[in-house]
Amino acid sequence: MATLKINDINKNFGKTEVLKGINLNISDGDFLVLLGPSGCGKSTLLNTIAGLETANSGDILIDDYRVNDMEPSDRDIALVFQSYALYPAMTVRKNVTFGLEQRKTSKEKIEEALVNVSNLLKIDSLLERKPSQLSGGQRQRVAMGRALVRDPKIFLFDEPLSNLDAKLRVEMRREIKKLHQKLKTTIVYVTHDQTEAMSLGTSIAIMNHGIIQQCDSPKVIYDKPQNVFVADFIGSPSMNLIKGRIIEENNNLFFECDSSKSKTNIPLKNYKFVQNKNLKDKSVYFGIRPEHVYLNQNSDQSFEIKLKSELNEYIGHEQIITFNFNDQEILGKFSSSIDIPGNQEINLHFDLAQISLFDQKTEERI
Amino acid sequence: MEKNNLKFEQLETASKKKKIIYRWILFLILGIFALYYITPLYVMIVTSLKSMEEIRTGNLFYLPKSINFDSWLEAWRGQLVNTTSGLKVDAGNVYLKNYFWNSVKMVVPAVAISTILGALNGYALTKWRFKYDNIIFLLFLFGTFIPYQAILLPMARTLGVLGLSNSITGLVVVHVIYGLCFTTLFCRNYYVSISDEIVRAARIDGAGFFKIFFKIMLPISLPILVVTVIWQFTQIWNDFLFGATFSFGEAAPIQVALNNMVLTSTSVKRYNVDMAAAIIAGIPTLIVYVLAGKYFIRGLTAGSVKG
Amino acid sequence: MIWLKRNLPKIVISPSFALLVWFVYGFILWTLYISFTKSKILPNYKFWGIDQYFRLWSMDRWHVSVSNLFIYTSLFLILCILIGIVLAILLDQKIRAEGFLRTIYLYPMALSFIVTGTAWKWILNPTLGIEKFFIDIGFENFTFDWLITPGMSIYTIVIAGVWQSSGFIMAIFLAGLRSVDDEIIKAAKIDGAGVVSIYTKIILPMMRPVFMSAVVILVHLAIKSYDLVIALTSGGPGTSSDMPAVFMTQYAFHRSEIGLASSSAIMMFLTVTAIVIPYLYSELKREDGKK
Repeated sequence: MATLKINDINKNFGKTEVLKGINLNISDGDFLVLLGPSGCGKSTLLNTIAGLETANSGDILIDDYRVNDMEPSDRDIALVFQSYALYPAMTVRKNVTFGLEQRKTSKEKIEEALVNVSNLLKIDSLLERKPSQLSGGQRQRVAMGRALVRDPKIFLFDEPLSNLDAKLRVEMRREIKKLHQKLKTTIVYVTHDQTEAMSLGTSIAIMNHGIIQQCDSPKVIYDKPQNVFVADFIGSPSMNLIKGRIIEENNNLFFECDSSKSKTNIPLKNYKFVQNKNLKDKSVYFGIRPEHVYLNQNSDQSFEIKLKSELNEYIGHEQIITFNFNDQEILGKFSSSIDIPGNQEINLHFDLAQISLFDQKTEERI
Repeated sequence: MEKNNLKFEQLETASKKKKIIYRWILFLILGIFALYYITPLYVMIVTSLKSMEEIRTGNLFYLPKSINFDSWLEAWRGQLVNTTSGLKVDAGNVYLKNYFWNSVKMVVPAVAISTILGALNGYALTKWRFKYDNIIFLLFLFGTFIPYQAILLPMARTLGVLGLSNSITGLVVVHVIYGLCFTTLFCRNYYVSISDEIVRAARIDGAGFFKIFFKIMLPISLPILVVTVIWQFTQIWNDFLFGATFSFGEAAPIQVALNNMVLTSTSVKRYNVDMAAAIIAGIPTLIVYVLAGKYFIRGLTAGSVKG
Repeated sequence: MIWLKRNLPKIVISPSFALLVWFVYGFILWTLYISFTKSKILPNYKFWGIDQYFRLWSMDRWHVSVSNLFIYTSLFLILCILIGIVLAILLDQKIRAEGFLRTIYLYPMALSFIVTGTAWKWILNPTLGIEKFFIDIGFENFTFDWLITPGMSIYTIVIAGVWQSSGFIMAIFLAGLRSVDDEIIKAAKIDGAGVVSIYTKIILPMMRPVFMSAVVILVHLAIKSYDLVIALTSGGPGTSSDMPAVFMTQYAFHRSEIGLASSSAIMMFLTVTAIVIPYLYSELKREDGKK
């Protein structure tokens, strides 16, 4: 168990900057998820923490001790790989104990650790098999066993579930969560799957283009996205972003949608702005998640509006309806038990307690 | 409906007939080519079993009247002649025994050294990326294509300076150096297909460069090692240019000896002995081909479809 | 220690790399320099300019070598590729005896050019070889004496060369055919294409990279061919079946004209380079594209 500090890490591959001034602070027992689209630098960051890549500048501190110049094996970390990276020619037993053998651990201790881990992960019946004789889920368990057996200070996971089928992925996700609750170790976990990130992380760092866009608890990230990228990346379907501007009428601020034929101004008097200067006439995005569009009033901040339904996507437990909002599309997510007619004006309620506003120029939350 | 069925039946029988004819033409062509390829081997074998008398009176394709391995013995250990001290090997004749062992002594170390170095190079180039590793690989890759005429002269002089000209050791050195390009290329192409994450996992587990190579990479390298060994063996065993240029007389490898044997016109031409000698010189590579044809072909294609 | 650990991969590769740089690229440069000197039996390091190249290109023997190389390469290339493709396509028709036939087609590749040359020299022997066979079966005036006819002996080298290498071209084409996505063929069948048009219109055009490889390998083999010429004709009769590789060794080791020999070696090197560099370039680009 340990803390991990990352101070202003920069990393280039030739001319391309992959990491641009990354700062992170992970406390003991934290489960940090690095989330982002492919190519955002999250795996490079993980490899840099592991010591498989060297940063061009910046510091990495484990328990406040600078580890930049240490070999991966001396950092007391363990890494679970996307491809599992099991040694093909070794049995499961050998795979799990290889690291301990390299560290000249005594035979008894190795055996003890092996028994513990194989019981914990239910791989005790597989010990004499070769990796090629294992199923995907079993390989995954062995890969985790290889990491756990060393009892490292920090666990690193590099998209460990992305090679599993959907059902197994959910199962293993739960097991990792249980494991973390039981062992309370510090974990850094890389994924591009937002459900995984939301369900596992105690905090999530969303990365794009080598920059951390926002690092917060899952709830804050979902409710108060820091910028357009985060708002768009989290949630499925993603947040509706309506173009428009802020206007002032009778000392009250309103959102006015672009190309408004019918002047529907949405009142912003209860919105908590980050700062209150220069708001008037700003071009903004009005952000509301599809799940915050309701059919009936259920909040004291509801805003009633009549929109025409254009498309209905039925997906079992819910349905997604596309509405026309002054020639911009707006999606709503409803329980599939409700019958919503197509091509009709429908009375909707926006829950204004749950909206976000972003500056169109900077794409930052305002 | 019925009309339609009839039509379908006609179509069916027509296409069946066509298929059978195609099949026959197919086999005919394949058979003719098989004859083209197999004939020289057949001629070599039957000729080597005939006496010169039989060769002069009969023709190329006749089977020998009786099977007679005299030519083989003569090709292997020389012609026996009557001397004052009984039957002795004719000193003026070229025969293959010594040169065959020369080739063995040359092939074994040359193949072993070049394969080990190639495997290490391929591993270092793919799993421990460093600056300019791609350029180094390209230089090796291009090295597989150079015509050796462009290096023959300086090599001959270098071997002279090192005191290795006209020696088996010298030939081993030459074959190792020019084989390295091929072995490195083969191994590099194999290791590049193996996941980098395995090496990373081993590094985190605390294994170093050599430990990862010997404990993790080598146990899974058997397929490519077989291909590399077979390729190198065939190339070096069959080499004539280096052998003829850098060694003569006693230290010559078998291909050079075979050529000398066929060319020497001291006595009457003995085609039966020539053919026996040619078969002896070809047998080791033929055996490898028959036993490990799959790997042999893989090596050829690996050496051709590069990158 | 840390330095050693960090640089171990480079240290491991450096001996091989040093050998490569010295014995391949260094030697080529040496040969190049010598080709600009007057060197006879021993290297003479005084720069003389490109006169050796003028000498080379004014020699009849070199002209014969080059034109032989041209004849040999073009016939060798065309025949090998033609036979290779035909055999590969025929073998691709789910033949039961495929493994057996493939073994027969490919075994010559395991034999050296010296063995190949020795065997064919006997078969093409003007008195006792194939000529005698045809006379024996009734063609009394049949003559086949290419081996000792100036101007024809080069074609005997083609016959033997094609015999040795065409099976290999078949193998790489067969591998290429086997790697074609099955679904493409299924789609073509559903579209109503016959066997012939499936091959000529769909599969063969997809074999472009294999064609490229085959051409480069064959041309490269042809330019380097030395053993086969020596074993079959020794460049004869006279110098009528000489090739640049034979020319080079003759002048380097028998006529003590190492300046001239070097210039011929450099000509060979440049020819190979002109073919290989574009090929490698396109191959590497293709590999990059895959990533």
